[in-house]
Amino acid sequence: MRTSTWICVLCSLLLCGCRGEVVVYPPEEEQHGETQLTDALGFYLLNEGNMGSNKATLDYYDFTSATYRRNIYAEANPNVAKELGDVGNDLKIYGGRLYAVINCSNKVEVMDARTCRRIGQIDVPNCRYLRFHGGEGYLTSYAGPVVIKPDYEQLGYVARFDTATLAITGECLVGFQPDELEIAGGKLYVANSGGYMVPNYENTVSVIDLTTFTETKRIPVAVNLHHLRADRHGQLWVSSRGDYYNTPSRLYCIDTQTDQVTDSVDMAVSNFWLDGDSLYCYSTEWSYIDMETKPSHNYCIIDVKSHRPVTDNFITDGTDQKIKTPYGISVHPLTKDIYVTDAKNYVTPGTLWCFSPEGEARWSVRTGDIPAHFAFLYKSGQ
Amino acid sequence: MPARLPFILWVLLFSGCLALCAQTAVPVSASAVNEEVVQDSLLRQFNLDEVVVSARRKDEPVIPVQKLEGARLEGLSTQSVADAVRYFSGVQLKDYGGVGGLKTVDVRSMGSNHLGVFYDGIEIGNAQNGTVDLGKFSMDNIEELALYNGQKSEIFQPAKDYGSAGTLYIKTRRPRFKQGKSYNLQAAMKAGTFGLANPSVLYEQRITENIHFSANAEYTYAHGRYHFRYRRVLPSGQVAWDTTAVRQNGDVNAWRAEAGFFGYLPDGKWHVKGYCYGSAKGIPGAIVNNVWKNAQRQWDRNAFVQGNLTKTLMRGWDFQLNAKYSNDWMRYLNPDTTLMYIDNAFTQQEVYLSIANRLNIIGRQAAFSRTRDIPLNWDMSLSADWQWNYLEGNLANFVFPERNTVLAAVATQFYWKYLKAQASVLGTFVFDKIHVPTLSMPKASEQKPQFTPAVFLSYQPLLKEEFYLRAFYKHIFRMPTFNDLYYTDMGNISLLPEYTTQYDGGIQYDKQWRQGVVRQISAKADGYFNQVRNKIVAIPKGNGQYRWQMMNLGYVEIRGCDVNLSTTLYCGKEVYLTMAVAYTYQRAQDLTDPDEPLTYGGQIAYIPWHSGSATANLQWRGLGVNYAFIYVGERYHNSANIPANHEQPWYTHDMTVSYELPLQHCRLHFAVEINNLLNQQYDVILNYPMPGINGKGIVKIII
Repeated sequence: MRTSTWICVLCSLLLCGCRGEVVVYPPEEEQHGETQLTDALGFYLLNEGNMGSNKATLDYYDFTSATYRRNIYAEANPNVAKELGDVGNDLKIYGGRLYAVINCSNKVEVMDARTCRRIGQIDVPNCRYLRFHGGEGYLTSYAGPVVIKPDYEQLGYVARFDTATLAITGECLVGFQPDELEIAGGKLYVANSGGYMVPNYENTVSVIDLTTFTETKRIPVAVNLHHLRADRHGQLWVSSRGDYYNTPSRLYCIDTQTDQVTDSVDMAVSNFWLDGDSLYCYSTEWSYIDMETKPSHNYCIIDVKSHRPVTDNFITDGTDQKIKTPYGISVHPLTKDIYVTDAKNYVTPGTLWCFSPEGEARWSVRTGDIPAHFAFLYKSGQ
Repeated sequence: MPARLPFILWVLLFSGCLALCAQTAVPVSASAVNEEVVQDSLLRQFNLDEVVVSARRKDEPVIPVQKLEGARLEGLSTQSVADAVRYFSGVQLKDYGGVGGLKTVDVRSMGSNHLGVFYDGIEIGNAQNGTVDLGKFSMDNIEELALYNGQKSEIFQPAKDYGSAGTLYIKTRRPRFKQGKSYNLQAAMKAGTFGLANPSVLYEQRITENIHFSANAEYTYAHGRYHFRYRRVLPSGQVAWDTTAVRQNGDVNAWRAEAGFFGYLPDGKWHVKGYCYGSAKGIPGAIVNNVWKNAQRQWDRNAFVQGNLTKTLMRGWDFQLNAKYSNDWMRYLNPDTTLMYIDNAFTQQEVYLSIANRLNIIGRQAAFSRTRDIPLNWDMSLSADWQWNYLEGNLANFVFPERNTVLAAVATQFYWKYLKAQASVLGTFVFDKIHVPTLSMPKASEQKPQFTPAVFLSYQPLLKEEFYLRAFYKHIFRMPTFNDLYYTDMGNISLLPEYTTQYDGGIQYDKQWRQGVVRQISAKADGYFNQVRNKIVAIPKGNGQYRWQMMNLGYVEIRGCDVNLSTTLYCGKEVYLTMAVAYTYQRAQDLTDPDEPLTYGGQIAYIPWHSGSATANLQWRGLGVNYAFIYVGERYHNSANIPANHEQPWYTHDMTVSYELPLQHCRLHFAVEINNLLNQQYDVILNYPMPGINGKGIVKIII
């Protein structure tokens, strides 16, 4: 009697809780906003995914149908083991191909820009950011050769690859832990962070001659450099993360003719997006001294001609209060809609907000974990 | 400077001296310290075998304990303490896979930091991160594992024992000798999959009638490699991808040596033991796209000396002294050139001193008296502990934290007919100091004193039936660990303790028969409601380079029930069948942020709604067959309970066959274990694949 009861309990447990096969994750589709028919077809959003989670995912927003499709990589490439990979770090479209830098998977995933079908991958350890120029791709990596002298040292480098063959064609050593890079006036600029060297951060931008692919000089700027963007006036905008103690985050301007720092804007900058002459910035600055994030997130637009802020809050309807951890930013090149992502607590799904050029929230959508990097797709396929 | 610290230390010292004076001044009475001493001395006097004394005592604990001991523990195929605790209800094991993988335990979803792990009566501390890796504790010389929700319902114990939301007691073997024997010797060899080779030896010697010696050593090697398989299908059922690889970098080299003296006094007992453990192992890491092996390594060296003295000082006054010094060293190396190079070493030291007193106020405290029905008994206890922790490390900007903790507990226990009640209040005083290299003086800080109560009730409504109703309430906290507070680039010195409040109500019924088919049945059920407040969580603090910070943000509510059933059947012809089932239901909701509809109210990470275990043991003379089933239902790997975060249920079937062969001067014991019989491929933690079918053979000689 009792035995049979137990058998029943056991069986019911087995039946109600059996494992099924795990199905390749199907994308989810939602309607948001209104149809926009311009030369821009849509944008990809790369979600980083927390380290070790293997949850880097791709989302796509289609302007022509106003649909948001979440997690599209696995559907487009159902036969790729362990999907896109661990920690997305940069996303670019070039020559009809979509390139996703997957930092902890030590690779750049190369896909067709329209279908997201995998074409191949470029293996570069601890790769960070990507730029293209003249049929070649340039990729920063933290993982240069290891030198023991007497402490462990590992410089970063820029890898050059052929976009036709995806083969590495050259490597150029730069500073410690190079982050974003930018091409301007035939030169390649690399922001060295030194993020692994705390408290001995790097404070220079490396300048690489594109024809010889060698480092020609270092421009001293400020500690712990992160993002770099060239405008159409021959200027290069560089963000410094600061040291989180006494040196705050700040924005610097380099003249690409003289390769000298010409100005700085007393403003903390975590990330930015350049559209025309407008540099859309936000900041979430941390200080060990106050043990808090300060001040509340700042969303400003800087005019790159005058070096002055146009507005100190481009979100005008109070939505900024709802954004916990602003993480990614972009601006629609034609409609000037502003997109800001919220990474929240880094381990749960984030949110993408769409704002009108006037700064009013149009719509928002759930993304993958740590939504971060944007790439716009145009009719031309570029 | 914390002014209270010296004062509290004086009180401690004074009461200790008082106790020692009393010991020399007061003529020793004939009463016994506690049951355990009685039992131990009984064993000694009559040279009984340990198995004989298993009759139930009337003195049923106020709060039931889940225990694994004797034949049942031996029958389960367990390599480490972590494998064994999976059979308890209300417990979730976080297992990162393999012989050397990290294994921690979460009791009733309150977080693994809330479980106090006690080794032979003294807590194993980890001031650095609060986590005790149960995979490090071998089952080789373990006699009993006992898990208490709330606290051990015993008032004659150190203040520390009141200080956790749940407690796991690991009890190692205490020497016992058969009549006419002055020594015991055991040697065992285990070998199996993952390249496991695990020899061990145990020696026990009777030095005098009242002093025994025990020594035990063990070595474990495993290459730790195993095949794992990941597979996905298309919605049509067609295979999308299916890949098999070998788990790498899971090798372990570990050794352990323990030695101790065990003594008996006219009205008490004592023991002193030393423990050493050393290991070198790989950290297998997460399996992610394009990364199928990892290179991180870890070295550990743990050593401690601890002792206990328990004695009846005078009629109605029992006294206990505990002391410990431990020195733990750990090195973590990340040599992977694709990641940040890390070579960190930490040394932790701990000094622990504790005294506990039990005073009998009403009732007689004579030997064996508790085994009879006493109409009224009232005990009080007072205990005081002092603990010192110090952490050294080679990180940049490291602050070398030092902590003095003083714990004082007042408890009372009251028996009246069929009502038993216990109440306790624990006072915790914490004084931290940090030694910043750039500052000449250490910086002191003092945590607000904490007073936390607990109440336990048990009622037996029917005469002569072992049927109990019970309830408990306990409010306790965990201090932020050194890592929470001071970890370079991550800690937050303004953290508050993390509080848990537990409410529990339950029933229990037991019955034994001397004849017939059914020899014993036992049923236990508990419903509970827990709250975890000020939960310490890591939150991001800005962009890039993944910068986190610890904050008191979380709030979790847990509603659950545990059910345990067991029975022993006699099938005739000396065949006994013992079966046990444990089932747990838990709803553990993340109620941290009402503005986040996705996570608010979601089941917290890795906590299944349903989980359980079933074991059956068939015994015929020296032959035993043991079957064990463990089930963990569907879960989510974070509190956003969406399909992308869903984790499949997993369940394993394990089988052990053992045979004991008695020879003229010794006994030979053979066992074969096969685990995960159906070769299920599963992850307990996302991207940490667990081994499929695996096995082990054991040969043991007992002289």
